[in-house]
Amino acid sequence: MFNSLSDRLTATFKNLRGKGKLSEADVDATVREIRRALLDADVAVPVVREFTASVKERALGAEVNEALNPAQQIVKIVNSQLQEILGGETRRIRMAKTGPTVIMLAGLQGAGKTTLAGKLGYWLKSQGHRPLLVASDLQRPNAVTQLQVVGERAGVPVWAPHPGTTSEFDDPTGDPVQVARDGVAQARAKLFDVVIVDTAGRLGVDQALMAQARDIRDAVDPQEVLFVIDAMIGQDAVQTAQAFNEGVDFTGVVLSKLDGDARGGAALSVASVTGKPIMFASTGEGVKDFEQFHPDRMASRILDMGDVLTLIEQAEQNWDRAEAQKMAQKFADQEDFTFDDFLVQMQQLKKMGSMKKLLGMMPGMAGMREQIEAFDESSIGRIEAIVRSMTPHERAAPKILNGSRRARIARGSGATVSEVNQLMERFAQAQKMMKKMAQGKGIPGMPGMGGGGMPGMGAGGAAGMPGMGGMPGMPGASGNKAKGKNAKGKKKGGSRSGNPAKRAQENAAASSKQKAPSGSAFGQPQEQKQKQDLKNLPQGFEKFLK
Amino acid sequence: MYVYVIVAVVILALLGFVLLRGPKAPPGGYESTRDADDPIPGGSGDGEPGAGSGTGSGTDAGTAVDEGPRIERPESVNTRMARLRGRLAKSSSVFGRGLLALLSRDRIDQDVWDEIEETLLLADLGSEASMDLVEALQQRVKVEGTSDPARVKAMLREELLKLVDPAMDRSLAVDRKEIAPAVVLVVGVNGVGKTTTVGKLARVLVAEDKDVVLGAADTFRAAAADQLQTWGNRVGVVTVRSENEGADPASVAFDAVQAGIEGESDVVLLDTAGRLQNKAGLMDQLGKIKRVVSKAAEVDEVLLVIDATTGQNGMVQAKVFSEAVDVTGIVLTKLDGTAKGGIVVAIQRALGVPVKLIGLGEGPDDLAPFDAEQFVDALLD
Repeated sequence: MFNSLSDRLTATFKNLRGKGKLSEADVDATVREIRRALLDADVAVPVVREFTASVKERALGAEVNEALNPAQQIVKIVNSQLQEILGGETRRIRMAKTGPTVIMLAGLQGAGKTTLAGKLGYWLKSQGHRPLLVASDLQRPNAVTQLQVVGERAGVPVWAPHPGTTSEFDDPTGDPVQVARDGVAQARAKLFDVVIVDTAGRLGVDQALMAQARDIRDAVDPQEVLFVIDAMIGQDAVQTAQAFNEGVDFTGVVLSKLDGDARGGAALSVASVTGKPIMFASTGEGVKDFEQFHPDRMASRILDMGDVLTLIEQAEQNWDRAEAQKMAQKFADQEDFTFDDFLVQMQQLKKMGSMKKLLGMMPGMAGMREQIEAFDESSIGRIEAIVRSMTPHERAAPKILNGSRRARIARGSGATVSEVNQLMERFAQAQKMMKKMAQGKGIPGMPGMGGGGMPGMGAGGAAGMPGMGGMPGMPGASGNKAKGKNAKGKKKGGSRSGNPAKRAQENAAASSKQKAPSGSAFGQPQEQKQKQDLKNLPQGFEKFLK
Repeated sequence: MYVYVIVAVVILALLGFVLLRGPKAPPGGYESTRDADDPIPGGSGDGEPGAGSGTGSGTDAGTAVDEGPRIERPESVNTRMARLRGRLAKSSSVFGRGLLALLSRDRIDQDVWDEIEETLLLADLGSEASMDLVEALQQRVKVEGTSDPARVKAMLREELLKLVDPAMDRSLAVDRKEIAPAVVLVVGVNGVGKTTTVGKLARVLVAEDKDVVLGAADTFRAAAADQLQTWGNRVGVVTVRSENEGADPASVAFDAVQAGIEGESDVVLLDTAGRLQNKAGLMDQLGKIKRVVSKAAEVDEVLLVIDATTGQNGMVQAKVFSEAVDVTGIVLTKLDGTAKGGIVVAIQRALGVPVKLIGLGEGPDDLAPFDAEQFVDALLD
């Protein structure tokens, strides 16, 4: 049900392959898929309507690029359109020229304002500012207490002159406007340079509370009014955003709970409806889980296409250059990948952060999402223990591992022999794949790498890292999937299409399929077919050929 | 630089391959839940369930019975229903106002179908359910050969109603079992209103003359236990909580159920911390809570709280939570805003989990049983 857009488009494009030009019907079919993908990502209906209309227009219009095939054209258009709406550059907080900078938070109940206040405070503090949190949420029970706790966790002082309500049954007594005003005065007196005002959560339809927010806004005259919105929000995003835009005229948006698996179409809706930039994303429960928002990367997320850019960035930051080169050399020389290499690489990966996050960023991993989610980080430790229980000789030549050696390793690492066996088996497979890749004149499926730089990077990564799909090293994803697709293809070959052009195409497809040897799910046949196809395709599109 | 990237990605892929299929439990599963040398829980009380409270009365540590000066008598069920009906009716009596204008044309063309589909999409029903529904409707129109928009409108309502299924059992299992109280576990993602729902539900049950115990198993969010205790104090209900933040929620839950058993209560309501469904560790924790509680008394009802503004992610939430703790009902909160909460239709369609309660506002007595017809009317409004 939750297919990624790329999967869907791949299916749609199957029929387009070989066509030089897009007919209106082709575009219609594709646009329908895009529409569904956007709707499944919770992009608001009016925004989707507008979006698909302009994609269609551009696809049919003058933008026909001779160098790209139809499918690429569409992906390129969709991606650039998405980025256009989300805004190109990351916007930073506007600081006041004199006196404290005031940042006000507004949003629906449960969007995560109070938590965010702490995170923002922590973030600003780590940037060298002296923030003060002001508890102007006197509405929600214990909101003031919560802010105090959050402030403590973040190590940021909290201005809370009024205890607020402690239960649903107290009538809110204090004046949040006065609290906010005093807070700013306090900050001025005590030389805090940033004031973060937490306000009561409200429903978009609640006029009284909206007026109160407006009053707070007028009283403290904030440099930034941040609208906090839950990444999981559905179609209501538009109404909510509009209500708040009219109510408090926010200057920026913060997307919260982005660490969930919601695709966050709300980001697109809000940006499109209000034209306000998304500035921050909140990505976890701890005070440190907070980051600047990268609009270009959000496009990939909405389309469920992985986030190679962040991956590359992290790799660059953390990867040991010498190690990487040594590895690449080994690769080129077609040397065996040993357990020693494995250990070294694993250390490198660990530096890059949680495996889950990293794997999730890989394009084409959508199909394995469940496995990724189920992945237990501690199993890395267990595997490491097994490898470390081997002698250096065994690590270099795993073949010598006989039964008694395995039993010893199992004992040494606290694992069972069958676990050791499993690891050996998978490692042998990985080794084989590595070799295959190395033999394939460099790395099959990565033809774009040598020449034209990094295509797709300019496009923000959504167009994908070239060759990812062709990489046979992902048996879990591409291998098995390919098998399924082959089977499907054969079935289709059986029923002839009534359309002569289509029939010819099908015949061609069928005959090419017959050539491909059946068997191994590990990419070999797939690889060959792909290489053929790749010759006809410009860079950046290989991922659709999975 | 390219070499870099290639190597990085290739290695990652390889590692992913090796790790994702990494050593798991032996194929047959472990025979027992613990290793041979693990201490045996239970009797001695030093296992996980009794943690913190030792043996005997699990209530002493954290029980706070603050029989405040005045204990409120929550609104009775009958008057509450009448009031909330009135509130819902206000908005839904003009059923399908948007559609009405559209369907008042004399002909049904593609635009009409598109509009219908959009109405459903706008209610967060999801693309699949919406498209299927429209398709079914088109089929029916073809079969019946009607071109009367009013009839189509009626059919749409019928189809939707069929999806929501008014005949479904939506009662809460809150009756005391022979020896133990009914146990209700309330779960959900962050910020949907779990604690408030527990508080409101406690009031409903007290109004039905039930003896209720609250368990504050949300030991993570700042001040969550305080919030729950305030709810409890208002209606004179005991709240079992842990004094220290970050205590094991399973242990608190267990203590609460123990207190319920000892106090011969009718219902124990357990509030849990909000957790995003893709955090495997936290979902495991939830599974543990349920397992541990089951050692004292079976969990009769697992309520998943979903915010009406939630979009398609609600489906994933329902799925994952069901896998972890077998959700038996849904509470749809914050229906007093502009959101329609149509995702629950898709959830019920896919998983068969019915909505049992709806939250309609910020007032303490604004929790109502789910009414299929009203809900459908509101969806189409």
